[in-house]
Amino acid sequence: MPLKLTVNNVVKTVDVPPDTPLLWVLRDVLDLKGAKFGCGMGVCGACTVLVGGHAVRSCMTHVGSVTDPITTIEGLSEDERHPVQLAWEALDVPQCGYCQSGQIMSATALLARTPHPTDAEIDTAMSGNLCRCGTYPRIREAIHQAAQAGATAPTK
Amino acid sequence: MQMNRRSFLQMSALAGGGFALSLYSSPLAAAQGATAPPDLTPQAFIHIAPDGVVTIMARASESGQGMRNMLPMLIAEELDVDWKDVRVQQAELNEKIYGHQFSGGSANTPQGWEPMRRVGAAGRQLLIAAAAETWGVPVAECTTQSGRVLHAASGRSASYGQLASKAAALPAPALSSIQLKDPKDYRIIGHSQPGVDTHAIVTGKPLYGIDVQLPGMLYASIEKAPVFAGKVKSANIERIKTLPGVRHVLVIDGGITPAAFTPWEPGMEPGIAIVADTWWQAQQARKQLKVDWDLGPAASQSSEGFNNRAKELLAAPPATTVRKYGDVDAALKSSAKVVEATYQFPFIAHVTMEPQGATAHWKDGKLEMWSTSTLPADGRALVAKTLGIQESDITTHMVRSGGSFGRRLQNDYLVEAAWISKQIDAPVKLLWSREDDIAHDPFRPGATVGLKGGLDAQGKLTAWRHHFVTFGDGKHATSGGGMGQDSYPAGFPPAYALYTSMQPLMLRTGALRAPGDNAYCWVAQSFLDEMAAAAGRDPLEFQLELLGNTRPPWTSGEHDAVGDHEPTGPSVLIPERFKGVLELVAEKSGWAHRPKEPGRGMGIAVWFCHLGYFAEVADVSVDSANRVTVNRVWAAGDVGSQIINPRAAESMGYGGVIEGMSHLGQEITLVDGKIQQSNFHNHPLMRMRQAPKIEVYWRKTDYAPTGLGEPTLPPILPAVGNAIFAATGKRIRTIPLSNSGFSWA
Repeated sequence: MPLKLTVNNVVKTVDVPPDTPLLWVLRDVLDLKGAKFGCGMGVCGACTVLVGGHAVRSCMTHVGSVTDPITTIEGLSEDERHPVQLAWEALDVPQCGYCQSGQIMSATALLARTPHPTDAEIDTAMSGNLCRCGTYPRIREAIHQAAQAGATAPTK
Repeated sequence: MQMNRRSFLQMSALAGGGFALSLYSSPLAAAQGATAPPDLTPQAFIHIAPDGVVTIMARASESGQGMRNMLPMLIAEELDVDWKDVRVQQAELNEKIYGHQFSGGSANTPQGWEPMRRVGAAGRQLLIAAAAETWGVPVAECTTQSGRVLHAASGRSASYGQLASKAAALPAPALSSIQLKDPKDYRIIGHSQPGVDTHAIVTGKPLYGIDVQLPGMLYASIEKAPVFAGKVKSANIERIKTLPGVRHVLVIDGGITPAAFTPWEPGMEPGIAIVADTWWQAQQARKQLKVDWDLGPAASQSSEGFNNRAKELLAAPPATTVRKYGDVDAALKSSAKVVEATYQFPFIAHVTMEPQGATAHWKDGKLEMWSTSTLPADGRALVAKTLGIQESDITTHMVRSGGSFGRRLQNDYLVEAAWISKQIDAPVKLLWSREDDIAHDPFRPGATVGLKGGLDAQGKLTAWRHHFVTFGDGKHATSGGGMGQDSYPAGFPPAYALYTSMQPLMLRTGALRAPGDNAYCWVAQSFLDEMAAAAGRDPLEFQLELLGNTRPPWTSGEHDAVGDHEPTGPSVLIPERFKGVLELVAEKSGWAHRPKEPGRGMGIAVWFCHLGYFAEVADVSVDSANRVTVNRVWAAGDVGSQIINPRAAESMGYGGVIEGMSHLGQEITLVDGKIQQSNFHNHPLMRMRQAPKIEVYWRKTDYAPTGLGEPTLPPILPAVGNAIFAATGKRIRTIPLSNSGFSWA
């Protein structure tokens, strides 16, 4: 049965079994490759997207259970210049970069509810997102920089 | 091009450290074939459009170390263009024009430093020659600035874009004859340039191996035996073929016979490939598979068995002497004090964030591959051999990967994708699950090490006896499990012996970031700390004294070249550089005045590998439940005269420290041949809340620049272990930490 999803402010209809993980619908049906596959059990955060503004692990979320609007990294901003993206670029956060889409979505969700997080609040909010390369010091710095620039919700 | 075949192979020894020669020289030799590497030309690497946009080809694969920046930066600097006008394009695999396309062993910096700058300078020389010819003026009167050739006497100038087509038709100058810039004139090298892919990464553009999409592409997933190289006896294949989306079910016979020694790239592992319309459907179908496996001899292996055998081997006379000088046994006997300890480190998996996978398209007898390999020429050769096709019928696109750490030096997943595509005559993307990725990793091998050290009445080190119990068939150590004769502290104790013994291993192993060194450093620097404590001396002072010893002459050759040249000799530890980073890290961390309080301590360690020198100090807290927090880390590195891309270099420092901490918490174990770990919950990585504050300092020396992929990592393991000792009085001799009664907070 076709399912209706709102993805990055656009309504999409997908014809997949409702227990398909949202991640694979985004990547392989809607061709949005930003969210990444890392573990398939919600422990690495590479697949993080926003659903109703909350950071969720799309690899563990059945597409049929999603009713709120979905924001992926592709829809974070209209002009690709969301303050979180700009901070990530300014500090050249990525190494391999594979986890960074998930990191950025988690950071965006954090800043939307806590506009000026402390290091401890960053640690709590971001510890579900693994980075194998060890960019954590740069991520911390970038979140503070984005906070100063007034990062809030997705701007698209 | 100065690099001849001989120096190239020497470089391979350099790149991997002495022990890794067998690891890297074979792929390199295969890639180089019987002929000398090509002469590099500016035309191959530099393409200038009429509007002045400069495209520079990045010859090496990118998996996060910044190679797509670093090598093109070297070219752009000498070409004399502004970095903002440069576009970097990933080269396809074509070693005839790009030279060796290899990312590993921290080798791209030392191997690229000279040739890439010469390529850029040759391009500049061609543009000058084109201008001089156009204007009818002497070449010597022309200069360049920001992508223009200038003739001051006549006031004329032309952009590189205007001159490009004329320049491209001129004969390329001999690279060796070209004058290079004075480093004080650098405007790109030494200035942080953001990653060329960073914008694409932060906006979620398709970029990685997993993102490759072809029209009509199918998706594959492979079920393999739970035991290495176990074969398929039978399976419910007809039933699986009826499941939603499933198009093909293929049995892979594989080509591996388990034996005491498993070679690098042993061949395809047996299994059942399921090809479906989507990857998720292939995964769902896998869950319905019922396979009767012939598990084979590897099912007899267990970690307990390995440990028991290692104890027997440690107690027995060593099988092989790797290096020996002085009479170690006599020196130990006459020492005032003898310290004896057994160290043990585990197998660990690479766990790149992007699991292994590849895309392949077999069409009309030709194969196109999208490869994340860091040794892509080896991948192509292996595919050709396995599929029985010509290398000339294969095109390899080099795609960015979500991390390698040595994993993508091996090409097993690439061969699988290619084989499946040829079988089904359609484009296919293969993706391993995380569970596949851990169970079928070429692991960093574990080892058990017996150590004896002697001290004289003044607390000076008199002797060092090192019995390294590893895996192999007695002649060949398993990949990543050999130990070379120059491994520190070899050469410094007055009497020294390094012995090895081996037990069989029916598993794939391989290089993992700073292969060998990532564990041998922990053993040697922990035991040195232990010796210093036994002598009642400061570990820094104890080690500096040891480094002052006059060493027996090196048998392995000359030192690294000094000055503005690529290093030419084998990998040789230079004590002055080793001491230099120790002294710098001691100064920055306030080592001499470090606080001493219960539950908190600082540890220091140093290492040399892959031509780089790093010393690190960790400040650690341990709570009453033995939970460890690393508060702060200071790192001091010496990788020569020039840090090419400073912010990226600092990131490599952060990365090495945090990865090394992860190693202290990881372990792969076997029961009945089955790997017991399956995902990040039981093979963990450090998380944000566990990441310490890290400071990275550079000691610039007059040696040619070398790489940063690996040498940043090893010292953090013993620095943390030694800090735990300082905080608690308990010595970490077995890792992961949980096997010594500690855990991360």
